[in-house]
Amino acid sequence: MIQQLIFGIVTGSIIALGAIGLSMIYDILDLVNFAHGDFMTLGAYLTFLFNVSLNLNLILAAALGIILTGVISLILDKIMWKKLRDKGAGSITLLITAIGLALVIRNLIVFQWGGSNVGFDLPLSQNLNFHGIMISTSGVLTVVVAALLMIALDLILRKTKIGKAMRALSDNKNLARITGINVDNIILWTWGIGTSFAAVGGVLYGLNTVIRPDMGWFLLLPIFAAVILGGIGNPYGAMVGGLIIGISQEMSTIILPSSYKIAVSFVILILVMLIKPEGIFGEK
Amino acid sequence: MKDNNVLEAKNLVAGYTDLDILNGVSIELKEDEIVSIIGPNGAGKSTLLKSIFGILKPRKGKVIFKNEDITGLKPNKIVKKGMSYVPQDKNTFPSLSVRENLEMGAFIKEDGTKEKINEILTKFPDLKEKENQKVSKLSGGQRQMVAMGRAMMLDPDALLLDEPSAGLAPNLVDEVFQKIEKINKTGTPILVVEQNARKILSISERGYVLEMGENRLEGKGKELLNNEEVEKLYLGG
Ligand SMILES: Nc1ncnc2c1ncn2[C@@H]1O[C@H](COP(=O)(O)OP(=O)(O)OP(=O)(O)O)[C@@H](O)[C@H]1O
Ligand SMILES: [Mg+2]
Repeated sequence: MIQQLIFGIVTGSIIALGAIGLSMIYDILDLVNFAHGDFMTLGAYLTFLFNVSLNLNLILAAALGIILTGVISLILDKIMWKKLRDKGAGSITLLITAIGLALVIRNLIVFQWGGSNVGFDLPLSQNLNFHGIMISTSGVLTVVVAALLMIALDLILRKTKIGKAMRALSDNKNLARITGINVDNIILWTWGIGTSFAAVGGVLYGLNTVIRPDMGWFLLLPIFAAVILGGIGNPYGAMVGGLIIGISQEMSTIILPSSYKIAVSFVILILVMLIKPEGIFGEK
Repeated sequence: MKDNNVLEAKNLVAGYTDLDILNGVSIELKEDEIVSIIGPNGAGKSTLLKSIFGILKPRKGKVIFKNEDITGLKPNKIVKKGMSYVPQDKNTFPSLSVRENLEMGAFIKEDGTKEKINEILTKFPDLKEKENQKVSKLSGGQRQMVAMGRAMMLDPDALLLDEPSAGLAPNLVDEVFQKIEKINKTGTPILVVEQNARKILSISERGYVLEMGENRLEGKGKELLNNEEVEKLYLGG
């Protein structure tokens, strides 16, 4: 039981890291970014590239992989999303573009690294054993990193001009423009933060399990569930939603075969939609 | 220019669909003036402000601001030229605090924001007490003050207000009008759209009556107050 709870917190931290970006990007760009999971995968593979193929130590490799993933999302905004926005593309167009982008990223990954599992070059790590309850060092690392990033995000949103402008934009885009807020610039910050958080989630996922081309795609459903549970557009809700989904998934393995894990997030997703579609922290 | 116009709209034609809502409207705002625009619902008053501020692109006509042609510029450019606009509704960021709303008003400025916020909070003492509260928790009157305060953050050379007294209780209406006069006294020309014709005309240098997207009447505030037609139509006389 406690063992499952611990697994759940680890999984939940990874889901939360993905959910934060998905939620912010939806809120500020009106874009349901179906490629978000694949950015998690990309972050893991780029880290793998620096770590295993180029022999850098894992921390440096992860930093490079994560930053590079963020930079790629900025470039994509400049060459693609901004053009669509300026043309006034509707949400369906944006959605289909995102699905297309997801496929492109995944296929490029398969093309480059093949379809089978890979793993980081890890220093041998021991599991910590507390009276029979196992905690892996990567699990501890995951929770610590996720917690630090969430605190950092909270500080950004509450204390910096950019963060306040993000909240202003999520309140009222038209007023933000009228006020003189540089909307395109704030959108770039949103991509940068959202996608690099996703990449961190992907790397942590790879640390705890393995790296596969479809890992992000399969993380997307629990991430959606977390976003909706926490109230779309609320990064704090996404954090809590992620943890709840992660813990529910792992706890379910006590009574259900573990292949049903993913169904758990699906059930939660549907229940939230039926009972409280605005999410647990939603105001309306 | 000898006519000391700060802002001038010349024969503006604009609309949302194929249909023109403004059919050639002209107005002028001079230094130190309060100029009011009144007219029936749907006359195109808000549309006029949106066309001046670049939210709607004029199809014909010109907008001249401080002797410069700004027709068709986007709102973010127009803000930088020194004009501020308070829309008719949804004119604050509800989940941000009072202070944060004001801070956003100075987004394009690098520094001096803190001092300016404090200056504005002294002008709006009610807000000073609530500076760290979310704007969604404030009353309608206080929200209108936040919206005007936000627009004053850049010390604009012209301020556009769209129905600042709409939906407010009578005592608050008077307070908003006092604030408008006070802002104007510190040297900011104000172009204001209002339903409350009697009150706004009594504090305006000049006023325009708009009907069906056209100039119907114009004159000194006091003259319009005593004009029979205006009295019959808008002052309930
Ligand atoms: N976003 C829009 N899209 C299409 N038509 C619009 C839009 N906004 C306003 N209109 C139309 O333009 C006309 C003028 O509207 P406008 O808001 O300028 O009137 P107004 O004089 O400000 O009226 P009110 O006193 O009710 O605020 C109306 O017929 C309205 O239906
Ligand atoms: Mg109006």
